[in-house]
Amino acid sequence: MTAFGKLIRTTAFRLTLVYLFLFALFAASLLGYFAWNTRRLITEQITTTVNAETGEISEIFGRRGLRGLISTIENRALRPGANLYLVTAPTGQALAGNVGSLAPGVMATTGWSETAYRRLDEQDTADHRALVRVTELSSGFRLLIGRDLEERRRLFGIVAKAAQWSILIVVVLGLGGGVFLARRVLRRIDAMTGTTQRIMAGDLSGRLPVGRSGDELDRLAENLNAMLERIEALMMGLKEVSDNIAHDLKTPLTRLRNRAEEALAKSGSEAEYRNALERTIEESDGLIRTFNALLMIARAESGQARGNMDNFDAAEVANGIHELYEPLAEDDGMTLRVKTVSTRLRGNRELISQALANLVENAIKYGKPVPAAQPLSAGAVAGTDGREILIEARRDGDQVLLSVTDHGPGIPEADRRHAVERFVRLEASRTQPGSGLGLSLASAVATLHGGELRLGDAHPGLTATLAIPAMAGASERLAAQTPDVPQKVA
Amino acid sequence: MVTEGWPHLTATDPQMRLLIIEDDRESADYLVKAFREVGYVADLASDGEEGLALASTGDYDVLVIDRMLPKRDGLSLIGTLREKGNRTPALILSALGQVDDRIKGLRAGGDDYLPKPYSFAELLARVEVLSRRHGGPAEETTYRVGDLELDRLSHRVARGKDELTLQPREFRLLEYLMKHAGQVVTRTMLLENVWDYHFDPQTNVIDVHISRLRSKIDKGFERPLLHTIRGAGYMIRDGIR
Repeated sequence: MTAFGKLIRTTAFRLTLVYLFLFALFAASLLGYFAWNTRRLITEQITTTVNAETGEISEIFGRRGLRGLISTIENRALRPGANLYLVTAPTGQALAGNVGSLAPGVMATTGWSETAYRRLDEQDTADHRALVRVTELSSGFRLLIGRDLEERRRLFGIVAKAAQWSILIVVVLGLGGGVFLARRVLRRIDAMTGTTQRIMAGDLSGRLPVGRSGDELDRLAENLNAMLERIEALMMGLKEVSDNIAHDLKTPLTRLRNRAEEALAKSGSEAEYRNALERTIEESDGLIRTFNALLMIARAESGQARGNMDNFDAAEVANGIHELYEPLAEDDGMTLRVKTVSTRLRGNRELISQALANLVENAIKYGKPVPAAQPLSAGAVAGTDGREILIEARRDGDQVLLSVTDHGPGIPEADRRHAVERFVRLEASRTQPGSGLGLSLASAVATLHGGELRLGDAHPGLTATLAIPAMAGASERLAAQTPDVPQKVA
Repeated sequence: MVTEGWPHLTATDPQMRLLIIEDDRESADYLVKAFREVGYVADLASDGEEGLALASTGDYDVLVIDRMLPKRDGLSLIGTLREKGNRTPALILSALGQVDDRIKGLRAGGDDYLPKPYSFAELLARVEVLSRRHGGPAEETTYRVGDLELDRLSHRVARGKDELTLQPREFRLLEYLMKHAGQVVTRTMLLENVWDYHFDPQTNVIDVHISRLRSKIDKGFERPLLHTIRGAGYMIRDGIR
C-alpha cells in the first residue's frame, strides 16, 4: 500500500471527509439563508419607498395638475442616484422622466413588475433591471416609479463570492486538517506496529510508546503494555519452569539410568538385580509424582480447573485433612490440632483439600522445633512443647482463611517469596525427601480462586495461609486481574 | 518382565475374563501377558470398533479401556455399550489424570479411572474389585472375615467375643476392606473410596491409618487378618487359606 493510500484509508481521514461535507453544507445553507433574507428585505424596502412616492406624486397631480406633475418629476429625475420616473400621456407618449427605454408592454399593465430598462442620460448600451410600479392617473395619464435592482444584484454577487471562498477555505482547511490528523495517528500506529513486530520477533522486553496526553491511543498503549508485562512474566515463568524441570527431572532420571546401567554391568545375584529394580521403580514413582504435581500446577495456573467449582464448608475441608493427617503427625511425634468456624466457600474442593494437605505435610516435615539452641517464647507455645501444628479455618471479611501453623524454624522473611517458587527447597530442607512443589501448588490453587498464599511468622514457626475470596463471582473477577505468577505472595 | 510372574500377586478369581482395549502394541502386550501370568483370561482389541464388537458379546467380566483409541474413542465406546444395556464394569486408562477428566470418564459410564502411568499391581487390584463376579449383591448388613464381624447397621465391630471400639473413619476403612475381603486393595483405592480424595499424598499417610486399625483388630490375636501385600497394598482375609 502506498503512503498516500494508507493515509486516505485511515479512520481519521475518512471522518475528516465526512465533517468536511457537513461543514460545507452548513456554510452553504447559512449563506443561502442570508442571501434570501437580504433580497426579501431589499425588495420590501423598494416597495415601501416606491409606494410612498407614488402616493405623494399622485397627490401632487391631483392638486397641481399635469404641469405640477411634470415639473416634480423633472425635478426628482435629476437627483443623483434617483429612482426611475416616467409619465406617459394617454396616447402612450412619454411626457417626463428619466427612462430611455423599457421592455415593451410594461406601461400597458398597472401594478408591480420587473423589467429591463435604459436611462435617458446613460451612454452605455447595457440593460439594467428595475422593479417598477405603474399607476393609472386620472384622464389616462400613467405614472411609472421604479428602482434599479443593481444593489440587489451586487449583494447577490458578494454573497456568492463569500460562498465560493468559504467553501474553498473549508475544503482546504478540512483536507489539510484531515491529512495532519491522519498522519499523526498513522505515525503513532506505525510506531505501535513497529514495536509489536519487534515483540513478535522475540524481543519481549519491548514496550509501546505512551504519550503524555492520556488520550485514547495512550490508554490503549498502556493497556497493551500491561498485557505485554503479563505475557513477559508468564514467559519468564515458563522458562523458569522448563529450566527447573530440566534440572529436577533430569537429576532423578540420571540416577535411574545409572542404577540400571550399574545393575547390568555387574553380574550380580538375583537379589541384587531385584534390589536394583525395586529402587528403579521407587525412583520412577517419585518422578511420576513430581510430574503430576507440575501438571496440576500448570492446570491450576492456566485456570483450567475452574470448571469444577462447587459450594462447600471450609471447616469440613480443614476437619477432613486433620482427620487424614492426625495419625501421621502423631507417629512423627507431633500434635495436629484443628480449630474451625463454619464458613461457606465456592471453589474446587479437591484442589483446596490438596493445597491444605500440602501445607500440613510441609508442617509435619519441616515444622519440628529447633532443638534447644533457641528457647521458645513462652506465650506462643503455652501448654505444648512446640510440637503442635494447628489447622485453622475461619472467615476474615470477604475472605476465607485456611491456615496451617507450626512452631518449627519458620522461613526467614527474605526467603518467603522465594519459597513459593517451583522446586525451591530452602537450604535447611535439602536433605528431606519431597518434590519441592508443595508450596507452589498451594499458591497456584489460591491464585486460581482469586486469592493468595501468605507466609507469615508464628513466633517461632511458620503460618501458611490460603486466603480465598468467599464469593464465586468476585473470585472469578479477581482471578482474571491478578497475575498468577506463583511468586506473588503477600 | 519378572520371570516367575507376579510372586506377590495371585489371582483371586481364576475364572475372570478380561477384555483389554488398547492401541499401543507394547502396553497392550504387556497387559495381556501380565494378566495371563496372574492367571486370568485376557483378550485384546486394538481399536475402538473392534473393542466395541468384542465387548458387545458380553463374554467379559471387566473391560480395560484406553481413553484415546483409533476409530472410536474410549468414552464413546462405553457410552454406546451402556446405551445398549451392557453393564460390564469398565476401567478407563488415560494419560489425562486430573480430577475433571476422571469425572468425565465416570460420567460417560466408566466404573473406575486410572491415570497413566500406573503400576500393574494397582490395575490388577482395581480390576479384581470391579469384576462383576464379586460385584453382585455385596450390600450385606454384616461382613465376616474369620472371627471378625462388622455390623453395618449398628456400627458394631467384634473380634471373637471382644467388642472393638473404632473411630468413625476406622470403621469406614475396615468396612471397605471387609467388603473386598480376599482382594488386594491399594492405598490409592483407600484414599479414593474411604476419604474421597483423588490426589496423591507425598507421605505414607494411609499406612499410618492402616497400622492404627491393625493395632485394634489384630493386636493380641493369634491369627492376623489384615495383611500387607508388598508392592501392592492391603488385604483382609482369614490368614490360612
